[in-house]
Amino acid sequence: MPVTLRDLPKEKLLLPGNASCPGCPEALGLKYLGMALGKKVILVVPAGCTSIIQGLMPGGAFIYPTLNVPFASSDAVAAGVSAAKEILGEDAVVVAWGGDGGTADIGFATLSGAAERNDNIIHICVDNEAYMNTGIQRSSLTPYGAWTTTTWRGKRENKKELPLIMLMHKVPYVATASVGYPLDFIAKLRKAASIKGFKFIHLHAPCPVGWRFDPSKTVEVAKLAVETGMWILFEAENGKVTISPPSRPYADKSKRKPIEEYIKLQGRFRTLTKDDIKILEKAVDDAWNTILKLAGK
Amino acid sequence: MVVKPLTGNYAAAYAAKLSRVKVVAAYPITPQTTIVEKLAQFIEDGEMDAKMIRVESEHSALAAAYGAASGGVRAFTATSSQGLLYMHEMVWWVAGSRIPLVMTIVTRTLGPPWNIWTDHSDIMDQRDSGWLIMMAEHNQEVLDETIKMFKITEDPRVFLPGMVGLDAFILSHTTEPVDIPDQELVDTFLPPRRQPYVFKPGDSLLMGNVPRNLKENMRMREDIHNSLEAAKKVIEEVDEEWGKLTGRRYGGLIECYRCEDASHFIVGMGAWVGDMREAVDSLRTNGIKVGLIKVRYVRPFPREDILKWVVNAKSVVVFDRSVSAGSAGPLFLDVAAHLMTAGIHVPVKNILAGITGLDVTYEDIADAVLKSVAEVEETGKFSRFIEWYYGR
Amino acid sequence: MSEGEVKGKVLPISKPCVGVAGKTGSWRVMRPAYDDSKCIKCRLCWLYCPENAIDLNEEGGPFIKIDYDYCKGCGICASVCPKNAITMVPEG
Repeated sequence: MPVTLRDLPKEKLLLPGNASCPGCPEALGLKYLGMALGKKVILVVPAGCTSIIQGLMPGGAFIYPTLNVPFASSDAVAAGVSAAKEILGEDAVVVAWGGDGGTADIGFATLSGAAERNDNIIHICVDNEAYMNTGIQRSSLTPYGAWTTTTWRGKRENKKELPLIMLMHKVPYVATASVGYPLDFIAKLRKAASIKGFKFIHLHAPCPVGWRFDPSKTVEVAKLAVETGMWILFEAENGKVTISPPSRPYADKSKRKPIEEYIKLQGRFRTLTKDDIKILEKAVDDAWNTILKLAGK
Repeated sequence: MVVKPLTGNYAAAYAAKLSRVKVVAAYPITPQTTIVEKLAQFIEDGEMDAKMIRVESEHSALAAAYGAASGGVRAFTATSSQGLLYMHEMVWWVAGSRIPLVMTIVTRTLGPPWNIWTDHSDIMDQRDSGWLIMMAEHNQEVLDETIKMFKITEDPRVFLPGMVGLDAFILSHTTEPVDIPDQELVDTFLPPRRQPYVFKPGDSLLMGNVPRNLKENMRMREDIHNSLEAAKKVIEEVDEEWGKLTGRRYGGLIECYRCEDASHFIVGMGAWVGDMREAVDSLRTNGIKVGLIKVRYVRPFPREDILKWVVNAKSVVVFDRSVSAGSAGPLFLDVAAHLMTAGIHVPVKNILAGITGLDVTYEDIADAVLKSVAEVEETGKFSRFIEWYYGR
Repeated sequence: MSEGEVKGKVLPISKPCVGVAGKTGSWRVMRPAYDDSKCIKCRLCWLYCPENAIDLNEEGGPFIKIDYDYCKGCGICASVCPKNAITMVPEG
C-alpha cells in the first residue's frame, strides 16, 4: 500500500534532544523506523553511531526497546530475541540496526549466517560509508575516491555491492532505501515486517560530518545520489527485482544528473581527478546494467 | 528416575532437556559437538520443545543464546577451547547484562599447536568475566550441576550466567552410569524462568547505552562481584535442596575427601579429582595424613570453605591444569592470595601438571605429593613454590 | 518479575526521556525562522527534521511549531521547504 505523508503517525519513537550530530541521517532513519513499525520494534544495535545517538544512561532517546550488543553480534542476538518472541507468542519485529562496518565488515559473517538460516529478523544497514563513530575511517562500503582518515588521498578500492551479495543469499526480501526518500523507505519497512524470514534493507545515509558537507544538505545529497544514479533504489521479493519508483527515471542514462553534481557538494571527494570521476561514472553504469539485467529489463 | 550409561556430553544434553531449555544455539567444536548433536536429535524427534539456532560461529552461538535469554526464555549453549576464546567478547557482555543462561564447557587446551586433549586453560581464561564457573568430577555431577545451575543463575540474588565445565574426553566421551531424574522431579525443582528484565515489544527499555556516571558503572561491576559472593549461599541452598530430592549432595562450593584429620592438603578440580582421591587413599596407607579439597566452584571462589580446612595445615599443594604464564597456576594464585589475606602462614606449593592433556595417573599425583610432603616435613617449607610436573 | 526482586541489583539499563543529551537547542548556531504566511502545509520540514523537533498544528494557527529547546539548527527544514517559509537566521 502506498504510504502518504498525511497518514504517517505523529507519535515520536525517536525523542528530541538526542545525541545525534546536527543533520544526522541515522537519526532520520531511526525516526522513519518508528513511523513505519511503531511499537512492534525491538532494536538490536551493534557498536556504531547509533550507540551514541540514543544518549547516556540512565536516559535514552528511543521509545522502542533497544538492546546494545557487541560489534560482530547483532544478527545472532536478533535471531535469539526473535526466537524467544515467537516461542512466547509476542508480536514483535526484531530489527538489527547496523552501520556499514557492523554490517559489511566485522558483522558480515553474522549477517550472512542469519540470512542463510532465514532467521525472522530485519537487518537494516544504515550506510554512511565509513566508520563515522570512531572518526571517519574507511570501510568496505566507502566509495572509490573518498577521503577518510585512513585513506588520506582517497580510497583506491570500490564499494562492496552488499545488496547484491544479500540478494544472492536468496532471502525473501532485499531492498535499498535512502533517507532522502522516507515514504519509499517506510513502505519497504512495512513490507519487510509483513514477511517471515530474513529481510535486508540497505539504507543510504549521507553523513555531513564524515562526507564534509553542510548539515542542511543531508536530504539534498541523499536525493542527488539517487538522481545521479550513484545509489539505485530497488527491492527484491523472493528474488524478483523491481526498480523502485524514485529510481525508475534513471534507468535511462540520459535522465541521470552528472555525478559531479553529487560529488561537488562533498569535501570527501575533493581530491578526485578527472580519471577518478570516469572510474566512478563507469561504476554507475555497471551497477545500473547489473540491476536492469536482474530486473529483466 | 532411571540409570543409563551416559557420556559426560550426553549428561549435559539430558540436563538441558530436563531443564526445559527453549532455545539452543551452538556451533560444532571437538569435543563439545556431541552435546548439541544430541540436543538437535531431541528437538527433531519432538522429545524436546525447543528451537535450535545452528549458528555460523561460537561468537554467534553465545550471541543468539543471549538474545533468546534477553527475550525471556531459558537458553543454552556449549563450546570448548578456541570456540570459548572466540566467544570471549560475548562472555563478558552476557555477564555485564546480568542475563542468566547456562553454558557447558568441555575443557580443552588451546593452540597452537592443534591439540584436542583436556586442560583448563580455556575455562580459566573466563574467570574474571562475572560468570559462575564450576568444574565437574564425573558425569553424574555434570548432569546434576547443569540443572542446578539454571536455578542458581536465575535466583534474584544472583542473576548472572553460569558455566559447567567437564574435562575433554575423560568425561565428555567416557560412559558412566548416570542417574537421570524424572521430568516431574526437575519441574518441581526448577521454578519458571526469572531474570532481571525482559525485552518485549512496547516496553521501553535500553540495555547497555553509554553511562553518564562512571561511579554508577563501577557500581555495576561491584554488584557483579557482590552477587557472586551472594551466590555462595544460593549454591549451598540449591545443593541441599537437590540432595533432598535425589540423595546427591556435593557440599556446595567444595567437596572434601578425608579432610577431617588431615595435616597436608591437596587442592584440585575437574575429572582428575577422581585420581586425587586414589592418590589420597594410597598416601594414607603409607601413613601420610593427606586430605583432598575438590574445588567445585572456581567462581565464586570458595575462600571461606578452603580457609576453614587449611587453617592448621602443615602444607597445601595446589594442582593446576592451566597456567597464567609469567605468574603461576590460577587456582594456586587464588588459594595463596586468600591464605595470605587471612593471615594463614602455611607452606603452599603449585604443581602444574596435565597441561596440554599430558596424562596424569593417581600414582603421579601420589608421587608428587609424597615428595612435597617429605620436603615440608623435613624443612618446614617448600624450596620452590612452583613445579612443572611431567610424570614419574 | 517484581520490582523487589531486582531491588539492590545495579543493572546497565535505561528508560527513555526527552532531552537525554540536554537542551540540544544550545548547540544551534543558526536558527530556523518560520513564516506561516508562506507555508503551504506540505509537511516536508516535519518529515525531514532529524531531531523530531517540529510538530504539526492542524487545529488552526501557525501550521508548524519548532521546539527550540531541542532544534540543533541543522537547517534541513529550511533546505527542504519549497516556499522559503523557513529561513535560517543567525542565533542570538
